[in-house]
Amino acid sequence: MNPIFKHGPSPQHRLILVLFCSALLIFFDHKMNSFESARGFLQSMVSPLQYLATAPKQLMNWAAENMVTRRQLIADNEQYKINELTFHEQALQLAIIKRENDRLRALLASPLRADAKKMVAEILAVDSDPYTHQVVINRGANDGVYEGQAVIDDEGIVGQILHVGTTSSRVLLITDVTHAVPVRISRNGVRLIASGVGVIDTLTHNHVPHSTDIRVGDTLVSSGLGGKFPEGYPVAKVSVVRQDESRAFSQIQSQPVAKIDRLRYVLLLWPEQERAPATAKLDNKAVNE
Amino acid sequence: MTSRLIILLTFLVALMASIMPLPLSVDAFRPDWVLVVLLYWCLALPARVNVISAGVLGFILDVLLGSTLGVHAGAMAVAVYIVAGNYQKIRNFSVWQQALIVGVLSALYHLIVFWLQRFLTDAVFLPSYLYPVFTTIILWPWAFLLLRKIRRNFRIS
Repeated sequence: MNPIFKHGPSPQHRLILVLFCSALLIFFDHKMNSFESARGFLQSMVSPLQYLATAPKQLMNWAAENMVTRRQLIADNEQYKINELTFHEQALQLAIIKRENDRLRALLASPLRADAKKMVAEILAVDSDPYTHQVVINRGANDGVYEGQAVIDDEGIVGQILHVGTTSSRVLLITDVTHAVPVRISRNGVRLIASGVGVIDTLTHNHVPHSTDIRVGDTLVSSGLGGKFPEGYPVAKVSVVRQDESRAFSQIQSQPVAKIDRLRYVLLLWPEQERAPATAKLDNKAVNE
Repeated sequence: MTSRLIILLTFLVALMASIMPLPLSVDAFRPDWVLVVLLYWCLALPARVNVISAGVLGFILDVLLGSTLGVHAGAMAVAVYIVAGNYQKIRNFSVWQQALIVGVLSALYHLIVFWLQRFLTDAVFLPSYLYPVFTTIILWPWAFLLLRKIRRNFRIS
């Protein structure tokens, strides 16, 4: 059926309706953040589509992993064995140092640092939207992922969880315009804030006085001040220090140490706080009894 | 019924193509699959696919891309509205002329998205934001021929 005279509302009315709806959506989503819970639901709704869209890539990866020569595998194995040996040796030392550190902290009466729970997640999709830097991972509320959780890779901090679906969730990368991480210079402990600028290999630091002791090549580690990111993970390396006295602040730029543009597996961290209050409560109970 | 299903299927494929992971260097050139498919159906069957469908698909794209909800919905609706108002003229153009019009609409779409993002998050304009326009122009003739074949094959009207 192809009517000569169209039925229903005219395109103008439809356009006004859609624009009105989208203006409302933008207002409520951006200014009021009223879609936080609905986002999780929507994320779960579209996750089959995301799984489908990554299927070809998964297939390619699978093929690439399966079509390796025996020689290659043997070489890889050799390399892994050597790596394991060195890492194991380092781990031995680490255990001793950790024990020593715990003892020292106990002497100083500061709280002991417990190991965080970790989980490996795989990148499902990377956003094609140039305005936001986000990735989707294959872990969701079913795995205990929660909003604001820290995400790292083998080199450093990657970002934090933005929306949680049932089987997938969205990670906001540290390079996104709307993201910032509290950091400190590992050399001298000066605190800074690393904000994203929307460029994949740059972070910027605003309001750094000229007198700050900061040099190109300094490693910036998370300071744990915001409460979102655990302390001490590497975030970036200072790449540009421009101290122009005619400006109020020096211009500092740094480069993330995590391979933000080459992510495949990431690590989700759970802080130990969840357990700590529980034990505290237990203690209280014990005291009460 | 089947025809509606086929149309939905083409939209589904377009949505998948627009979120499929690509290497970073190629990613900036990703054509606007959803816009192309929408514009085709709006030209061919304006009674079925119109501004409302554009709004809905734009909303799904917003969810998939994680942008502020409503940004792509509004931009998509404006681009489709222009075609919905002039479909009888545009139908009579040759495929290459249509491709140029689609290019202009795609540029408009990207600019509206950019303006909204600029308004919301202080995004800075980079010329790479308009690269998809060129790939969309190249994509249109092929998408047009393929979708016309699908439409004739399944007698969607």
